Amino acid sequence: MRIAAIALNTFMEAVRDRILYAILVFALVMLAGSTVLVTVSVGGEEKIIKDMGLACISIFGSLIAIFLGIGLVSKEIEKRTVYTVLSKPIHRYQFALGKYLGLVLTLLVNVSVMALGLIGLSYFWEGFASPRLLLAVLFIFLELMLVTALALLFSTFSSPTLSAIFTLCLFVAGHLSADLRLFAARFGGGLVGTAAEGLYFLLPNLSRLDFKEQAVYGAAVDPGALALSFLYAVFYISALVLTAMAIFQRRDFR
Amino acid sequence: MNAIDIEKLTKEYRSGFWGKRVRVLSQLDLTVCQGEIFGYLGPNGAGKTTTLKLLIGLVRPTSGEARVLGQPLGDVRTKQRIGFLPEQPYFYEYLTGRELLNFYGQLVGLPQPDRKERIEKLARQLRIETRLDLPLRKYSKGMLQRLGLAQALINDPELLLFDEPMSGLDPVGRREVRDLLLGLKEKGKTVFFSSHVIPDVEMLCDRVGILVSGRLVAQGPLDEILGAQVAPIEITVSHVPSEVSQELEHLLLTRPASKGERLILTVKDEDALAELLARLGEAKGTVHSVIPQRESLEEYFLRHVQPRESP
Repeated sequence: MRIAAIALNTFMEAVRDRILYAILVFALVMLAGSTVLVTVSVGGEEKIIKDMGLACISIFGSLIAIFLGIGLVSKEIEKRTVYTVLSKPIHRYQFALGKYLGLVLTLLVNVSVMALGLIGLSYFWEGFASPRLLLAVLFIFLELMLVTALALLFSTFSSPTLSAIFTLCLFVAGHLSADLRLFAARFGGGLVGTAAEGLYFLLPNLSRLDFKEQAVYGAAVDPGALALSFLYAVFYISALVLTAMAIFQRRDFR
Repeated sequence: MNAIDIEKLTKEYRSGFWGKRVRVLSQLDLTVCQGEIFGYLGPNGAGKTTTLKLLIGLVRPTSGEARVLGQPLGDVRTKQRIGFLPEQPYFYEYLTGRELLNFYGQLVGLPQPDRKERIEKLARQLRIETRLDLPLRKYSKGMLQRLGLAQALINDPELLLFDEPMSGLDPVGRREVRDLLLGLKEKGKTVFFSSHVIPDVEMLCDRVGILVSGRLVAQGPLDEILGAQVAPIEITVSHVPSEVSQELEHLLLTRPASKGERLILTVKDEDALAELLARLGEAKGTVHSVIPQRESLEEYFLRHVQPRESP
């Protein structure tokens, strides 16, 4: 009940924040704007819509995850609201987990709204909505959960600005980590190669969670790869959240 | 069992790029008995807030130990029996007063019907019932302070830890908080509060502790701390025949001072006072006031704080 109370309060904060609505409205406008592109293109309309739509969900979702995520805990410390909350019979890890779940709930609502818009458009152009579209959205959501966990982790020990920089760096690196492996292979072992290989395993591999292509071009989805990606996300998110909880458990609030 | 037992508690913070250690609290020994109001006095930066943060578990001690309500520091279940008001409390601005109190009610595990009842009762007691549905960004400083007191009392705690509870309040508000603290004491609660406002402490506290630069310089009942020296008594009289006043001179500590028609007489103790009053009664003199001249906490405070602050 206590974790739920913290989570709902975090959700409430987002709901009463105007920035969130601005992002959401902008995303829906972009989504609707993709239909303009359709009118000037010849053929492949539904592909453009799906491509644009999924990119919208991914980009605007990441914006929310990073910019609300970095303030999750650090803002509470900076504004000293954490003092009265932690003076109540609640463990610190419960607080950190509640904050995380609150933002995940916020993302769930936002992604759902955007996904509904996309499915509506897709239905309008194609006459049906492909289940692959939902699958792609589900994995975008998992990616957002991972990015939120990264932001939470950094916000437990550093300032919002530093957290934003760290999270953005890892976000970009996470999308490029496949290249890191190629890089490692070119060096063929050696110190640099091993370091690059190690980094590849350590950094979040966000491209693993990208199923947009399959949704847009209707390519076959390998169930084994899907399950593995899902497990990878769950494992990575749990590790990040647990580390954040452990750091938060130890720190002083001066 | 004492409400608070602190033994050799020390806190150092690391600050700056090189993590230089700064000691803010040094070997603190302090006891707060159950059912008393304990005043924790000290100038700004003496370490009062750090002590309170240690007691509620917001920071961890560098060394030493303390027990709160018989339990070691940082015990989460004990917090069910504690109410804490931080200095200049900050709350979630996007919530209304009622939503905020409801949130804290959930955190202390109050079930819904009790929560509603408790919030109404506290709002009436702290006179914020008309503002309860306004968002907190529209609250004045004094109103926020009252809301802070309400959240500290939401779980009907046995022990109250208040950091500067009177700050930000107007004279009426201060008076109300004083009455609130006395009411809590009457109900058998223990109150530990910090302040740098001396009259508040003087009026309310059974015992006080005085903290200067992270060290406790005195602890005990106010009378004991202040009354170590002889306390003269000042009597203001009028209509005293001159032969009587001459006759009384051997009882006086200093020469009588005249103030218009009135005379101010100072005697050294209560025996002398009794004799003086009896004699004045016989002579049909008028007694206007009898005031014990003990050293005020302020004078004591200045005497102890200043030498340490200015090297």
